[in-house]
Amino acid sequence: MSRKRFFSLTLTSLFIATMTITDVSLASSSANKGELVIYSSRKEHLIKPLFDQYTKETGVKISYVTDAEGPLIARMQAEGKTTPADMFITVDAGNLWQAQQKGLLQPVQSETLSKNIPEHLKDPNNNWFGLSVRARTMVYATDRVKPESLSTYEDLASSKWDGRLCLRTAKKVYNQSLVGTLIARLGQDKTETIVKGWVNNLAAPVFSNDTLALQAVEAGQCDVTVVNTYYFGRLLKEKPNLKLKLFWANQKTSGTHVNISGAGITKYAKHKAEAIAFLEWLSKPEAQQIFANANMEYPANQSVKPSKLVASWGEFKHDQLNVEAAGRLQGDAIKLMDRAGYH
Amino acid sequence: MPLLVLILSWHDFQTDIWLHLIETQLGRLLANTLVLLVGVGFGVMIIGVSLAWLTTMCEFPGRKFFDWALMLPFAIPAYVLAFVYLGFFEFSGPLQTVIREWFGTSRFFPSIRSTGGVILVLVLVFYPYVYMLARSAFITQGRGAMDAARILGLTPLQAFWRVALPIARPGIAAGVGLALMETLADFGAVATFNYDTFTTAIYKAWYGFFNLHAAAQLATLLMLFVCMAFWLEQRGRGNAQYALRQRSKQHKPYKLNGIQRYVAFAYAASVLGLAFILPVVQLLVWVVKQGAQDIDGRFAGLVGHSLLLASAAGLAVVCVALLLSFAKRLYQDHWLKKAIMAANLGYALPGSVLAVGIMFAFSQVDNHLIVPLQEWLGVAPRQLLLGSFLALLLAYIIRFIAVAFGPIDAGLQSIRVSLHEAARSLGVSGLAVVRRVYIPMLAPGLLTAGILVFVDVMKEMPATLLMRPFGWDTLAVRIYEMTSEGEWQRAALPALTLVLAGLIPVFILMRKSRYRNESRPISKINEKNT
Repeated sequence: MSRKRFFSLTLTSLFIATMTITDVSLASSSANKGELVIYSSRKEHLIKPLFDQYTKETGVKISYVTDAEGPLIARMQAEGKTTPADMFITVDAGNLWQAQQKGLLQPVQSETLSKNIPEHLKDPNNNWFGLSVRARTMVYATDRVKPESLSTYEDLASSKWDGRLCLRTAKKVYNQSLVGTLIARLGQDKTETIVKGWVNNLAAPVFSNDTLALQAVEAGQCDVTVVNTYYFGRLLKEKPNLKLKLFWANQKTSGTHVNISGAGITKYAKHKAEAIAFLEWLSKPEAQQIFANANMEYPANQSVKPSKLVASWGEFKHDQLNVEAAGRLQGDAIKLMDRAGYH
Repeated sequence: MPLLVLILSWHDFQTDIWLHLIETQLGRLLANTLVLLVGVGFGVMIIGVSLAWLTTMCEFPGRKFFDWALMLPFAIPAYVLAFVYLGFFEFSGPLQTVIREWFGTSRFFPSIRSTGGVILVLVLVFYPYVYMLARSAFITQGRGAMDAARILGLTPLQAFWRVALPIARPGIAAGVGLALMETLADFGAVATFNYDTFTTAIYKAWYGFFNLHAAAQLATLLMLFVCMAFWLEQRGRGNAQYALRQRSKQHKPYKLNGIQRYVAFAYAASVLGLAFILPVVQLLVWVVKQGAQDIDGRFAGLVGHSLLLASAAGLAVVCVALLLSFAKRLYQDHWLKKAIMAANLGYALPGSVLAVGIMFAFSQVDNHLIVPLQEWLGVAPRQLLLGSFLALLLAYIIRFIAVAFGPIDAGLQSIRVSLHEAARSLGVSGLAVVRRVYIPMLAPGLLTAGILVFVDVMKEMPATLLMRPFGWDTLAVRIYEMTSEGEWQRAALPALTLVLAGLIPVFILMRKSRYRNESRPISKINEKNT
């Protein structure tokens, strides 16, 4: 028994020692006033340049953790009042909507933000704000598809695309949001018919990411796919002679499906004023340029032009439905896709 | 405690999601998972045992090289092999493109994104578990038992089946068990292939429906599977005990004849090629093409963090596993055994689910113990445990205790109880027995355990992502950032570095284990004690 006690004693003292050390180091760091803590599911290499820039300009030190949105939301929930996070940055309105539903965000009244971010790209109650726009549309093989034959997302369900369509998995929130907006516009029944049509037209099992789907079209496995435009941009940068082209979907009807990446201030933010200042800074032209260009997205602030390559894809009509709908209908969309056999 | 958190999730039954799952998905998911388990289980068993037998017992060209080289694939994380295979074998990948250029079509080429493809990838990643444990079992058992069986009139094949295999069984079973638990827990590889399993359903309930309760409920069902597997194995083994009278001295390996030698060589070479050389070369190609742009000052930091975390965790996990297996041996308590089994279950849980369970447990401690204390002391309340280095270490212990427990416990089982009794009867005190008998004899097992954990922690993703202290990014974190965006080519650099860093301990292990045969014959230790 003495051995057992010895070990447990050692372990306990080790535990206490470590706790004390952590406590001291934490205490000294939080004494610094100009500080911000951010949880982000937008990838580090896409946001770190902005953090660095802001720290350089204002001297505010930014600490951050990146992870997928699910774990980060769970962590904020578990931490409750004691969360160190001041701001939550994520992609897709669906995720922001969920964070808000779980009571993790707080509304922010700011003239700068209202001025810079258009109405359909933010939460109606100002809990979160879109910072960049990502469009999800069709890409086709130029040698096998005439652009006139393309029209809407709905049309991809028609029999002329039988065995010619490639899609990404329904597990990705981008597709859930797209189907969510279809439900909002057309209702459950019509949408289910459309999704079943897509599944029937698939040339290959669904892919785990957009890039793979694009490469399949390029390689001739299928003729058309639906992707976020920046994936197309990335592939284009890598292979400038790509035999693929963008087609803006639903231009004569509802407009191309857009989603956002955005941010909100956490409910229990310890540095609220600093967090709001940073959010406002992110909506200003200089930051918007960096934010959008880092990933070839569209700036949310309409006074800022997208990068040259992105601009070369032409202007297009956005779906004006508030992106919040995507979050609200996400659960319905997943169930619908399950029923339709879209995995 | 994390397991308890999961089980408690049942108080809030998610009827809606369960009904939906049962209606649309559950049958398919269960079938998929079962097929995967059976495929991977047989795959790793056949490849692992046969290669271990060849390299330890037979003489063929390149045996010495393959003996250690066949362990190398262990350093490759499943999610890395998955994205490399997808990149290489897909319709749009280099192989099929070349085939199309030659033959005009590649439609006849089997799709890698199929059940067979997933099984292949997982077998190639997980067979080293079986290989390593079977190998040390065969080395320990030597040729003596086989020779005895042959003298008693068995054919070589009969002797293998009826003597060599049963004696090595605890090791093989432990290896297959680890591989199967890894398979159940795997999310990265199956997600890359978009192959739906029980684990992907857990993630879907969580990420899609944002319903952590339903996810936790699914996870407890997964645990039930594992319990059943454990139970089956234990029942199968029955009460049979395999203890060798003594370790064999140097044995002469069996000589293979002409064709057999080349078949053995080709077999070992093709496994090594598919599991290690191909992915490393593909990663190198990607690094040269694109990945080099990401080398900067912070990259060294990533490597440093990975190594530091892995070694600290390796040490901690081995200590705890050693304590546990001693406890199991010394206090033959029924409940203790059950508790140890429960501790081992953590390994089969999808990493993120376990990570969230651990995180909840820690934040409960924080919220109910530490925060009131802080308020009482007049300090601003904050999370002390969560997001600390210590919490991450504890998470690793919970996650990987099974990995270390296997080899250590197997090692302990092979030390006869009579040896302990002999030492005690010679007047050696309890602690001294541990120091002078157990530790030396357990050294190979401890080393194996430490290295397995080291490499596993390096590869570990979800718990590191969720619980790392601010700024503690590792290689695995970087890989996650790149692969989740589908930027595999940029993920190649951290992936390759991870593989190389993981190789270091594998080399150490191999060098040490080569001396295992001549290390400390039992008689010597007994002499010391007298």
